[in-house]
Amino acid sequence: MIEIKDLHARVEGTEILKGLNLSIQPGEVHAIMGPNGAGKSTLSAVLTGREGYEVTSGSVTFEGEDLLEMDVEERARAGLLLGFQYPVEIPGVKNVYLLKAALNAKRKEQGLDEIEAPAFMKLIREKLKFMKMDNSFMHRAVNEGFSGGEKKRNEILQMLILEPKLALLDEIDSGLDIDAMKTVADGVNSLRTAERSILMITHYQRLLDYIVPDVIHVLVDGRIVKTGDKSLAFELEKKGYDWLLEGAA
Amino acid sequence: MNQYAEAFAAFNQDAESGWLKSQRIAAFARFEHLGFPINGVENWKYTNTKALAKRDFLLPKTVDLDAAREVLKARDVALDDHRLVFVNGVYAPELSNLSGLPAALVVEPLSEALDKELELTCGMMGRLAGIDCDVFTALNFAFAGEGAMIRIGNHQVIEKPISLIHLSVAGDQASMSHPRILVAAGANSQVRLVEHFLGSEEAVHFTNRVAEVVLERNAQLTHYLLQEPGDQSWLVNRTHVEQKRDSRYYCHHINLGGKLVRDDLVCDLNGTGAESEFSGLLFGRNKQHLDIHSLVNHNEPRTYSRETYKAILNDKARGVFNGKVIVKKDSQQIDAQQSNANLLLSDQAEIDTKPELEIYADDVKCSHGATTGQLDETALFYLKSRGLSDELARGLLTLAFANEVVDKIDIEPIYQLVETTVAGHLPHQVNLDDL
Ligand SMILES: Nc1ncnc2c1ncn2[C@@H]1O[C@H](COP(=O)(O)OP(=O)(O)OP(=O)(O)O)[C@@H](O)[C@H]1O
Ligand SMILES: [Mg+2]
Repeated sequence: MIEIKDLHARVEGTEILKGLNLSIQPGEVHAIMGPNGAGKSTLSAVLTGREGYEVTSGSVTFEGEDLLEMDVEERARAGLLLGFQYPVEIPGVKNVYLLKAALNAKRKEQGLDEIEAPAFMKLIREKLKFMKMDNSFMHRAVNEGFSGGEKKRNEILQMLILEPKLALLDEIDSGLDIDAMKTVADGVNSLRTAERSILMITHYQRLLDYIVPDVIHVLVDGRIVKTGDKSLAFELEKKGYDWLLEGAA
Repeated sequence: MNQYAEAFAAFNQDAESGWLKSQRIAAFARFEHLGFPINGVENWKYTNTKALAKRDFLLPKTVDLDAAREVLKARDVALDDHRLVFVNGVYAPELSNLSGLPAALVVEPLSEALDKELELTCGMMGRLAGIDCDVFTALNFAFAGEGAMIRIGNHQVIEKPISLIHLSVAGDQASMSHPRILVAAGANSQVRLVEHFLGSEEAVHFTNRVAEVVLERNAQLTHYLLQEPGDQSWLVNRTHVEQKRDSRYYCHHINLGGKLVRDDLVCDLNGTGAESEFSGLLFGRNKQHLDIHSLVNHNEPRTYSRETYKAILNDKARGVFNGKVIVKKDSQQIDAQQSNANLLLSDQAEIDTKPELEIYADDVKCSHGATTGQLDETALFYLKSRGLSDELARGLLTLAFANEVVDKIDIEPIYQLVETTVAGHLPHQVNLDDL
């Protein structure tokens, strides 16, 4: 699905990613953990093509294509979608506008016709219900005035409708109470298929109880310093990151 | 200037002697005395009329109705209305529709009103916007003859909107028109007036329109000013409204561009309870120059005004917003609000915005605010990260910005036209009509 090799990236002249390697196969769920400022969000920004993040060397191959050559919108249409750590509020643009435009952009890429209105409405209602969101969210401006939990649910709602090949989830669990966490986790789990891959960034082992990953990576100071299975999360919970930091230095 | 003198001589020589003829002569003298505001006129500081002054415009001899039909086909909002259509300023009965006018409503071309009710018509002309007003108003008066007379009887609620279509098409040479619109809305009456200024791409036309509007006690006028004269055309527009007690003037002012569009909007709030509201959008592209000067005179206590203007400027477009509010000495309990927000879509677009408040009373609630910015890059990234093209993402955000103004347009076809123009191809892709 995705193959990241020796990735180096800078933000405002400072090197943040310092030779990152990561490979995800179709159907796999990976988690990245790591201390604040390690470069986790920087990785998601680089993968989605955010401006201001300069790749100085290394490569990223997504489904056999050079991801770094693609524009932001091309990456999304190719099936790479990011759930933001801090979803953006967009006053004046309704959720339903965004969803319809995004879905049609993807369908166009696949050579399909635009979705018919009744089918679209049925799809949205169904997914809203699944995410325990009221129908009124459709007609509200994107994330405007949403609570922290509602914003995160809205990110997953978009995933359910746009069905990416690779879902990147940046701290989708932060700021959620237990019930919201369950709803979000149910949403993510419903995305799991034999073809789809998921990469989630988190600080909390609790999320991993709900969405059980196949692989866990520890990102420290711009590099993956350790990779393991689910049990690594328990180890980190107990010992923190310090023992790995020494190893990295 | 010379060609104006020739055109004027030819225009006025055959007119019957009387008040109108002598007023026209006085007006032309005034025009010659003042000249175009080229340098140093404070009110025209940001708007250059040199190119306009240099150009020779003639009154059209004939007009091309087929070309006019083409323009209508492309841009007309096609309302179920009472309508007068003017092609290059000349009344076109073939394109107009005055059938089924209610008994207490007069809608007629000014040329007919001057024939049928000379005294009444002359009595309404120049009362609010006379020849001393400014050079363009003087020029308009010198060539007075075309335009519209609209009178609404007391207590009448007029169901269909009244439309005045000011349309321009290409002719043998650059042409001009000087329409004068007279509106008298009787006590307790209610009416909607749509003025659509539109033109073909090739038209080179100078429209110099003056409107004088009187709202009697408790009358309500909703005025839709929809301006898109074409990239090679000039539009100078003066609207002067006199409001009596408890009357309401609501203006939806949508300026979608032209070579140069200048608006002078004046409201005299002359009766307690009178209220005026402007909700405006300037949407400029290329090298268009769009200029709004508004003036609200709070001449009586407990009068209210609200102005919301938004400008979206792209390329090398330039905008001017000058909003003036004057509160007279004994006008207490006034509420006057003004806001102006601007969005610049390119580095070379420019806006000059200036609120001017002159307040001589003490019990006054007055607010004004102006902001200028660019599209939010973070929001743009968010939309594109969902697969939206750069163009569509920009379109959505631009439309969102304009929405505060556009959403208030309560005549659906006008709303659609504005939305389509502002958002480019947007409505097709995210059209929600059927949802
Ligand atoms: N736009 C930016 N400008 C300047 N510095 C930045 C920018 N973005 C990230 N950084 C810096 O890069 C480093 C890595 O930040 P990043 O957001 O990737 O960390 P993170 O691992 O996601 O941390 P957290 O767990 O707190 O979310 C930090 O030192 C941060 O200050
Ligand atoms: Mg982060």
